[in-house]
Amino acid sequence: MIAWTFLSAFAGAILLLLLPPQYPRLARAIALTTACVGFVFALVAFLSYDRNAGAATFQFIIQKEWIPTLGIGFYVGADGISLLLVLLTGIIAITGVLFSWNIERSTSRFFALFFLIIGGAYGVFLSLDIFLFLVFYEIVILPKYLLITGWGSTNKEYGAMKLTLYSILGSALVLAAIMATYMAAGIYSFNLMELAFVKYTPAFQIWAFPLMFVGFAVLAGMWPFHTWAPTGHVAAPTAVSMLLAGVVMKLGAYGAMRIAMPLFPEGLIEWRFFFAILAVIGILYGALVALAQRDLKFVIGYSSISHMGFVLLGLLTLTTLGISGAVLQMFSHGIIAALLFAVVGRMIYDRTHTRDLTALSKLGLSKAIPFAAVTFVIACAASMGLPGFSGFIAEITILLGAWLSVPSLLWIVAPGLILTVAFTLKALHLSFFGETTEAATHSAPLPAITLPEKLGSIILITVTLLVGLFPTPFLELILHSFNGELMRTLLK
Amino acid sequence: MNYLEFTTFLLPEIILLITALAVIGLGFVCQNTASSTATPNKLSAAISTIGILLAGAVLLFLSPEGNILGSMIVLDPLTRLFKVALLGMTLISALLLLENRPTHYGAENFAMLLFAAIGMLLIIGTEELLMIFVGLELTGLALYTLVGFAQNDKRSAEAALKYFLFGSVAAGFLLYGLSLIFGVSGSTELRLIGKAFQKGIPDPILTAGLAMALAGFGFKVAAVPFHLWSPDVYQGAPPPAAAFIASGSKVAGFFILAKVVLLGFAGLEGSAGWGNFAPGWVPMIGLLAALSMVVGNLAALVQQSVRRLLAYSGIGHAGFILLALMAGTPFAFMAMLFYVVIYGIATLGAFGIVAVVLRSRNGDSLKDFAGMGKDSPLLAFCMVVFLASLAGLPPLAGFFGKFYLFTSAIGADKSLIWLVILALFMSAVSLYYYLLVVKQIFFASASDKTPTIHASCLTNWVCFALALVTIGLGCFPELLLHPIRVAVESTFLR
Repeated sequence: MIAWTFLSAFAGAILLLLLPPQYPRLARAIALTTACVGFVFALVAFLSYDRNAGAATFQFIIQKEWIPTLGIGFYVGADGISLLLVLLTGIIAITGVLFSWNIERSTSRFFALFFLIIGGAYGVFLSLDIFLFLVFYEIVILPKYLLITGWGSTNKEYGAMKLTLYSILGSALVLAAIMATYMAAGIYSFNLMELAFVKYTPAFQIWAFPLMFVGFAVLAGMWPFHTWAPTGHVAAPTAVSMLLAGVVMKLGAYGAMRIAMPLFPEGLIEWRFFFAILAVIGILYGALVALAQRDLKFVIGYSSISHMGFVLLGLLTLTTLGISGAVLQMFSHGIIAALLFAVVGRMIYDRTHTRDLTALSKLGLSKAIPFAAVTFVIACAASMGLPGFSGFIAEITILLGAWLSVPSLLWIVAPGLILTVAFTLKALHLSFFGETTEAATHSAPLPAITLPEKLGSIILITVTLLVGLFPTPFLELILHSFNGELMRTLLK
Repeated sequence: MNYLEFTTFLLPEIILLITALAVIGLGFVCQNTASSTATPNKLSAAISTIGILLAGAVLLFLSPEGNILGSMIVLDPLTRLFKVALLGMTLISALLLLENRPTHYGAENFAMLLFAAIGMLLIIGTEELLMIFVGLELTGLALYTLVGFAQNDKRSAEAALKYFLFGSVAAGFLLYGLSLIFGVSGSTELRLIGKAFQKGIPDPILTAGLAMALAGFGFKVAAVPFHLWSPDVYQGAPPPAAAFIASGSKVAGFFILAKVVLLGFAGLEGSAGWGNFAPGWVPMIGLLAALSMVVGNLAALVQQSVRRLLAYSGIGHAGFILLALMAGTPFAFMAMLFYVVIYGIATLGAFGIVAVVLRSRNGDSLKDFAGMGKDSPLLAFCMVVFLASLAGLPPLAGFFGKFYLFTSAIGADKSLIWLVILALFMSAVSLYYYLLVVKQIFFASASDKTPTIHASCLTNWVCFALALVTIGLGCFPELLLHPIRVAVESTFLR
């Protein structure tokens, strides 16, 4: 059943590709339907997941022979962690469609490419065969490029090409490591459940682990391989920014957690501290650079680097707390970043055609588009990690995990938290609550916020509040995954 | 052996020969009667198609198994599979040739294509040095002529001359190398040569012979440093001829190169691994592979002509394929055969589309592809499929092909990982220049004066079918992999 998430997304993509471009309304309808169908499958799986199944953490399993010559199978299934991320993908798919309601040029093609990425993301989170994982992981590369070059804005060709080349170079490292692992294991299988329990020699793990981890971390935006993210996010059209920051960056973090870390426990121990330092640098560096930006979308782009640094730090604590927090942070940041990009890209930029903070501060936007102002205030509060929102629970859990595991690094992370508050407040203040000039009050009123935008914002705000106020069911689901053998290999 | 047996073994080739002669005869008749060049073109295309299909059917359903005249002519599942694949590529080239601008020698064009195909079938169906040389020469002579067929184009004549000069020098090297190998081993049969050298002591004369033979084969598959002819030929030749050289000729070249080194020199591999270098043919091929993938992919970055771009990318792909040959295991041999076939399919399709652009816009530079997404969405989609497959993106055949190729190379020798990482890196570089073409197709707008890109129904169908095969083999590679595995197992366990 769970396979219908990506199958429906791909089916929608093919349908949209065949649709002639002169029917934008029909294209929107198909897109929204496809997104909802995928989400419903994700939600049903989420609700019907059996939490009392003990060590059988992977459920909804489908296992079929695919390429027997190499021992490759079509093997999908989901544990609590995958389900949470699948749910995230479903939410981003729906809201992404809502926030691209105003796309007029080649609407059907836009949504076709959009659903190729969505389908790929579902597939990555559900694959239990490494080759299948790679297929989904790389499916998203070409649609990303086409979407940004075709529908993007500022410096789009540069941003698109940079993002694409970083993605493909990252996957080249992953591919090399996986090929070597397959041969080192010598069991002629790409089944993750079998490969993860082969004992690889320490000498092999020492170089294979960093190769694979860095490959994945490129997509997760780890410093110093993050530079594709801000330029890519800025160049992309709104829905794609939401998708990139909300889901695609998580593909990298998920790959690191699900494949790189369980395969090479000894390599992981050896390199853990080094990568944790890079993660902490990312947290600080992202926040500092965000503070200095003049372009609102760049502020959010760099804040994503900072927030993804928390994810990587949480994973590398190798404690139940830290890893659970990292997973929750992936979910939470996915929702919040999507909301931020939606406000900036769709609500502000499509109306004012500027993202420059100085220019925005003179427009008096809080009076012109009050709905956007309220949404942005909530999004910023969530992004800063105020209690009551999902970001708070996630980051506090990560910090607790880090306290238990790498206490020395905590002292360096602390200023990062303050910096986050600083740049978020600054962006919030300048964008919506600057001093209104005479010229702004007399200019033509901005177009009102449309229904799809309101609907999309309300969905995202509801989700972040829901997780913030009632985190227990989500955390329980994540914690349940640690009953499985695969997740237990991660704990020190 | 009697002549009847001989005929049954060579029936497909004989059918092709009769077809080729019939086509030439048709050309003579029509030259005096018909006023337009279109009729003989269509007629000879029809006859060639029937001949190729008939040969394919005979090969599939009527041909015996075994070998005659020592191993002069070998028919086993592997050779049969690749003969069928080659006939398929010949058929598609013939269909593309029909769409090409008609010349006064339309019929002869098809005849030359068929002669080249006969040569390739002979190369594939033998395990004997003399026969290999004869087949290579037959293919080469036919292809030189095919390249020079565009009478009014100086580039075509230049390309043909260049191809001929390079080819004849390479043939000289090959023949001299083969004679040295024969001199040392005392046999021209690959399996007997293999037995003679099982001791594993490389003889200097033998090494020289092998190096010269590799130069000859390196020319055929366009590996650096024997690649210089390929960009000029791809650009100057009529696109269908270039397509056939890039697909059929490469398939045959790689197939026989692999057979020569794997069957004839199984004991003399040596090693090119990091830190455990040993002399043998593996380091020689390793050098060709590394040079090819670096030079090919980097040179492709700066090309303006899409045909030259495809030529350099083809050189890069030759590097990838040679990488698997270095591994030298049957597992890697399978990966190599799989990759050669899907590379051939994608290249054929890409050249088919380049031919359409060339006809519509009278040029093949990147700019000439502008606006293709609007003019012909189907061809634009197909072109993206071919290029993405060449770049190795899923869910296309190229992704699995490269994955399998590189995996098998690591599998044979773990210290080869440095070459595999280089190859993966170069493969990422290749995405850049393929995307340049994609960008033109979809996002550059052509000025109002540029003619629209328009293709005939036949070309559309041919390209679409090739794109479907590329997607299909990407989603279900086992469809091609299984027959290759069965065939390779039967050959190497014989």
